[in-house]
Amino acid sequence: MSAVQGIGVGERQLGADGRPPRRTGRAGTRRTTPYLLLLPGMAWLAVFFVVPLFTLLSTSTQTRPEGAEIGVYTQTFRFANYVDTLEEYAVVFGRSFFYALIATLLALAISYPLAYAIAFKAGRWRNVLLVLVVAPFFVSFLLRTIAWKQILADDAWVADAMRFLHLIGPQTHIINSAPAVVIGITYNFLPFMILPIYASLERVDPRLIEAAGDLYANGLTALRKVTFPLSLPGVVAGTLLTFIPAAGDYINAALLGNRNTTMVGNVIDARFLKVVDYPTAAVLSVTLMASILVLVAFYIRRAGTEELV
Amino acid sequence: MSATAPAPAPPARPTRAGIATRSSRWLSRNAVRIYAVLAFAYLFVPVVYTFAYSFNDSGKSNLNWRGFTTDKWAAPCAAPDVCPALVNSVKIGLVATAIATVLGTMVAFALARHRFRGRTATNLTIFLPMATPEIVLGASLLALFLNMGVSLGTNTIVIAHVMFCISFVIVTVKARLASLDPRLEQAAMDLYADEMQTFRRITLPLVAPGIMAGALLAFSLSFDDFIITNFNSGDVNTFPKFIWVSSLRGIPAQANVIASAMFFLALAAVVLGQLIVGRRKT
Amino acid sequence: MSTGGQVADRASSGGRDLRLDHVTKRFGGFVAVDDLSLTIPSGSFFALLGPSGCGKTTTLRMVAGLEEPTEGSIHIGDDDVTFAKPYKRPVNTVFQSYALFPHLDIFENVAFGLRRRGAKDVRRQVEEALELVELAAMARRKPAQLSGGQQQRVALARAIVNRPAVLLLDEPLGALDLKLRRQMQVELKRIQTEVGLTFVHVTHDQEEAMTMADTIAVMNQGRVEQQGGPGELYESPATTFAANFLGQSNLIHAAVTGNQGADLLLDVQGHRLAMPVDRRNSGDDDLLIGVRPEKIRLNRADADGGERKPAGQGTDGKQNVLPGGVVTDASFTGVSTQYLVRMPWGQELMVFAQNLGVDGVVPPGTPVDLQWDPAHTFGLDGSADATAGVEHDEGVQPAPVG
Repeated sequence: MSAVQGIGVGERQLGADGRPPRRTGRAGTRRTTPYLLLLPGMAWLAVFFVVPLFTLLSTSTQTRPEGAEIGVYTQTFRFANYVDTLEEYAVVFGRSFFYALIATLLALAISYPLAYAIAFKAGRWRNVLLVLVVAPFFVSFLLRTIAWKQILADDAWVADAMRFLHLIGPQTHIINSAPAVVIGITYNFLPFMILPIYASLERVDPRLIEAAGDLYANGLTALRKVTFPLSLPGVVAGTLLTFIPAAGDYINAALLGNRNTTMVGNVIDARFLKVVDYPTAAVLSVTLMASILVLVAFYIRRAGTEELV
Repeated sequence: MSATAPAPAPPARPTRAGIATRSSRWLSRNAVRIYAVLAFAYLFVPVVYTFAYSFNDSGKSNLNWRGFTTDKWAAPCAAPDVCPALVNSVKIGLVATAIATVLGTMVAFALARHRFRGRTATNLTIFLPMATPEIVLGASLLALFLNMGVSLGTNTIVIAHVMFCISFVIVTVKARLASLDPRLEQAAMDLYADEMQTFRRITLPLVAPGIMAGALLAFSLSFDDFIITNFNSGDVNTFPKFIWVSSLRGIPAQANVIASAMFFLALAAVVLGQLIVGRRKT
Repeated sequence: MSTGGQVADRASSGGRDLRLDHVTKRFGGFVAVDDLSLTIPSGSFFALLGPSGCGKTTTLRMVAGLEEPTEGSIHIGDDDVTFAKPYKRPVNTVFQSYALFPHLDIFENVAFGLRRRGAKDVRRQVEEALELVELAAMARRKPAQLSGGQQQRVALARAIVNRPAVLLLDEPLGALDLKLRRQMQVELKRIQTEVGLTFVHVTHDQEEAMTMADTIAVMNQGRVEQQGGPGELYESPATTFAANFLGQSNLIHAAVTGNQGADLLLDVQGHRLAMPVDRRNSGDDDLLIGVRPEKIRLNRADADGGERKPAGQGTDGKQNVLPGGVVTDASFTGVSTQYLVRMPWGQELMVFAQNLGVDGVVPPGTPVDLQWDPAHTFGLDGSADATAGVEHDEGVQPAPVG
């Protein structure tokens, strides 16, 4: 037996000419190919996503030197920036997460039955319905949000109907209020909730539900004990995909809200683009990002990273 | 019925359930369908409004209904700035889509077909932009540009768009690749096709729908993007940015016209795509 | 330029044997193929038979070039193809899942290999191949429009049209229903004889292997247990695995007591039996003797049984007889009746009685004697595992220890 054999896995016998056989590179095993393929895309993300996050971090600890012009800041590692800013905007943060949470729950409540209907009751119309779910989002979301402004206006039919049913008083506004903002946010992120849930439900083998029926479960019990647990990955994905952008949204608050419905996004926008107070904006952004990362970390610990992409 | 034998008793008529029982039964059977209709109505109301108001004989502001007219449709570019902004959006969309699709497809191939070190870090870097609020993406990129002294304009918009589109392209193409049976490529090599030929004749045609889907997704994300664009555009106007800026003074109905037109175009494209896929299967 | 290369251009069996020398394949710590050496003569129909996980598919893939051996070499004729890429070998594969290209029609699927090699006269060759598998009418359809059986034939045509030196078939009939499978077995054999290529057929179905192959190699846990013609393997298995995996065997412990001419004398539970010396197969004096169920005759030992043969007769016209059995199960399958007979020492033996329409089914509970011609006995090592190769439920084999 060749002396090579003792060397363990992967070593080959020497060829007839005494030289180790040339390592044949077939598709998928050549060493450099994957790295070359990854390089441009990941480099782009590294430079324009990862680095900016660090830039943000660095900006968050800067301060304006005495007498400097507007917009000029120097790095002073002032971590007290965080304390100051968060103290001032704690309420805004809380409100943002609160609105996002309500919106997410509402979206879940609205989306789950719809996704269920499409997955199980649609038959041949399934693809059509899926297109119809996504279709509204072919219209610019700004225009749709402005449409909500019109729909919920004081003199429009929704307000009139609600007043007629005595659900709201004659003086109450629906528009320019917190509920309007939440309605807007919910609406904006519906497909992000519907589609993952649908994808999950679609994978449920309908024979499992039949089996549940065979084992004496009625419709609701089957839903509770069989269908819903199986669709949980989709629900989790949808929840994350809705809550995270919702927390950072500011369009709905700007168009549909009032002075008291300011969200974190509005403040960051104002601080960055109008008041030119970069450190404060950076602190808020970093904090928002950090809270999101905590959520994502929870998710990863349970599911690993392969499922993410 | 024999005339001689005693007539058998008439069959007992099934008692008709009361209206309440019948309608509650009908309700529970159709509850899901009724709900679906309501849900879709909810989804489409803003779209209907947008479309309707494109026919509004609006003055400066398009918030109140003044009268029906097709003037806006006849002259969609009449309002200043609308069409240039639209053109910008399309141009930027095309460039960003092209770059993001190429880069993203390469990464998807690496992920789906190869082994390499640093997989976890790669997955995370791809996933995070999708999970980050747009405002953080936009603001951080702006911070970078400011720190580097880069002037804002079309280029920075394209850079930003490519950045957040790549991840979506990767996810879409990778999913398609994953569903591609690797034995097909093995069969091709078994039948004398080398790596290049296998890729060109087997892999690429079969992945193409996924790449197309990724490209379309990238384009729609780019076209409709506002928040990130707003932070990184300087003076350049894109269609969504135009809408936002003019929402303070009054959005011209032409914007509704264009948005409606894009809606129908996109809808037609999707329907066409579905039909083609359906036809190809037969 | 044809990337098939010169090796593939000379594609025709043309007298080139397939030779595997000491081929080993390890995946991490797991040995899938263990020092395998085989020579498959050109133009033969060769079967690699074994349960799932025995390494037969891995071996096939190494011949195809889709895996690289950890050790050893593979030669086709004089050419060393051990590390050659799949597209450089004169080998084609019919995959278990057919692997037809879904975006190409049947014609282009079959033409694929020809086109890559730059062959002339593609149209005629493709049409011939489709004729051979009787699918000429489907040339312009897409794979998704064909049934499983039709797809399998397209996969076959696609491989055969290239006239490779070796044609590999990876359990190609697995997805077909019984009747279709039987039909295709006959078809494949016919095509192989007609075209004259070397076929290497991998399967876990021993009936299939025996029907189709000229030579069978029985594999277990990465090694070849026995190799030979179907008749030889069946009537003279060399290991308990081969005895149990191919058909079924009754394996009974016996002690060698002496010789008598050309016969070996045995003692089984106090009864004197005999078997030909040249079928002994083991140096031990403690043997497992085997006899196939269909070779045994069931003699009723009750009042209806007629004259009883005396127990424990030797050879020269006399029979081996084991008395004292009781029928515990009788399954009438139409063609035969399969009996389980419990012997006095507790072992249950199988007997298959052909349905000659002469005797009725012997009911359970009947006392019987078992009788067979000593020449049908084969011997195996007494210390071997008598249960090796016995099929478990639905092919769930215990995973090989890695």
